[in-house]
Amino acid sequence: MGFFTTILGQIILRLLETLAVLVPLLILVAYATYAERKALAAIQLRKGPNVVGPFGLWQPFADAIKMVMKETIIPTGANRALFIMAPMITFGLAMTAWAVVPTGNHLAVADINVGILYLFAISSLGVYGIIIAGWASNSKYAFLGALRSAAQMVSYEVSIGFVMVSVLLCVGSLNLNDIVLAQNGLWFCIPLFPMFIVFFISGLAECNRAPFDLPEGESEIVAGFFVEYSAMSFAMFFLGEYANMILMSGMTTILFLGGWMSPLPFVPFTLIPGPIWFIAKICFVMFMFFWVRATFPRFRYDQLMRLGWKVFLPLSLLWMVITAGALVAFGWLPHA
Amino acid sequence: MAFLDRTARSLLLTELLGGMYVTFKYIFKPKVTINYPFEKGPISPRFKGEHALRRYPNGEERCIACKLCEAICPAQAITIEAEPREDGSRRTTRYDIDMVKCIYCGLCEEACPVDAIVEGPNFEFAVETREELLYDKEKLLSNGDRWEPELARRLELDAPYR
Repeated sequence: MGFFTTILGQIILRLLETLAVLVPLLILVAYATYAERKALAAIQLRKGPNVVGPFGLWQPFADAIKMVMKETIIPTGANRALFIMAPMITFGLAMTAWAVVPTGNHLAVADINVGILYLFAISSLGVYGIIIAGWASNSKYAFLGALRSAAQMVSYEVSIGFVMVSVLLCVGSLNLNDIVLAQNGLWFCIPLFPMFIVFFISGLAECNRAPFDLPEGESEIVAGFFVEYSAMSFAMFFLGEYANMILMSGMTTILFLGGWMSPLPFVPFTLIPGPIWFIAKICFVMFMFFWVRATFPRFRYDQLMRLGWKVFLPLSLLWMVITAGALVAFGWLPHA
Repeated sequence: MAFLDRTARSLLLTELLGGMYVTFKYIFKPKVTINYPFEKGPISPRFKGEHALRRYPNGEERCIACKLCEAICPAQAITIEAEPREDGSRRTTRYDIDMVKCIYCGLCEEACPVDAIVEGPNFEFAVETREELLYDKEKLLSNGDRWEPELARRLELDAPYR
């Protein structure tokens, strides 16, 4: 092991670790698109992709090849540098966030003690890619989409923040690993059930998913902030969006569904390794995302804002105060 | 009480969950998808697809160049030129249909006194260039020869309603 203690060895080791996260993540993203199409199809009495490969399983790769082969069109009025940079920012940030996500006990690329803060910061930065895309496109639809997206993400981040705070009160640590371990025996989705729901719905809004997909509302602003994008730059947005969705599912899993821990704490279940439980839980939350998309129509913009500011914000604030009060009153505070 | 009831309903998301239950049930219902290139849906005998010029059983073309189809065509997609043939019968020298202009209304078929121009059951005539959709007489007659058994059957089935 002498080689891996040298600087070069350390760099190679970090690269390998990064690849070990990114490769499964990209495969998961590719198959998230496939799973979404299949789930929506099933709910709408259709079959979904079933021609490319067995059960259409090669469809994501066919799509990827198509995207790579096509021509990237840059509009004449666009700001070239920013126009090309925007999808990279979205995609890059969506990937960066995964550095701190623990897929097993202390199994994260960077097991830092402010993990949740890092995740929150990165998911807030995600809006920059969208704003830059909307502005650089020099198109009114793209700009409107970007404005909507920015306003929406800022509004829902507030309640997401309060939900996170109430979880953190129960844990007493910002480390994602500690948050998961604190749920040993009782997942936070049970004592903090209303916050779980608020977090899930705010997560939908944060990822610009249906029924909050106003930034890309096809019927009024064509495709929103990525109208002008084509080929690979479009694919980057698409992948970034799905990676963000998986990240939001991962955050839901870590904060409320016991992370990598098995749902039943005895032998046949505990033998299954943590990362598998983690991925299974992510898949479950993702299915909820698809299911919600197949069920509900899009919100009106003022309804969206009302829900964010006049329902979720007071509710999460109230519940945070109740949580804190209960923890103090019954002496359940961690590290007290 | 009504206020409490309403508040409880909206806080417990009863309607949303009810909706999600409905969509969940649909996952297990049989699919309605037709596996298109391999399976095809039924087509009515009146289906208005690709055009064809028919012939009589003895091989003589039916069209007598009356130009009623050209006159009625709302998209002005049909162009006909006619001259008497050596044997003195009146025939077309040119019969063009611009399939790009055509709106597939079927008025040409209805106007035709001799059932010469018909719209067949074929809807899979996509091509790669626009020029290939400018059909001439030769193309229309060959369509007629290819689809004749089916065209005759369709006319027969639709005859009672004419």
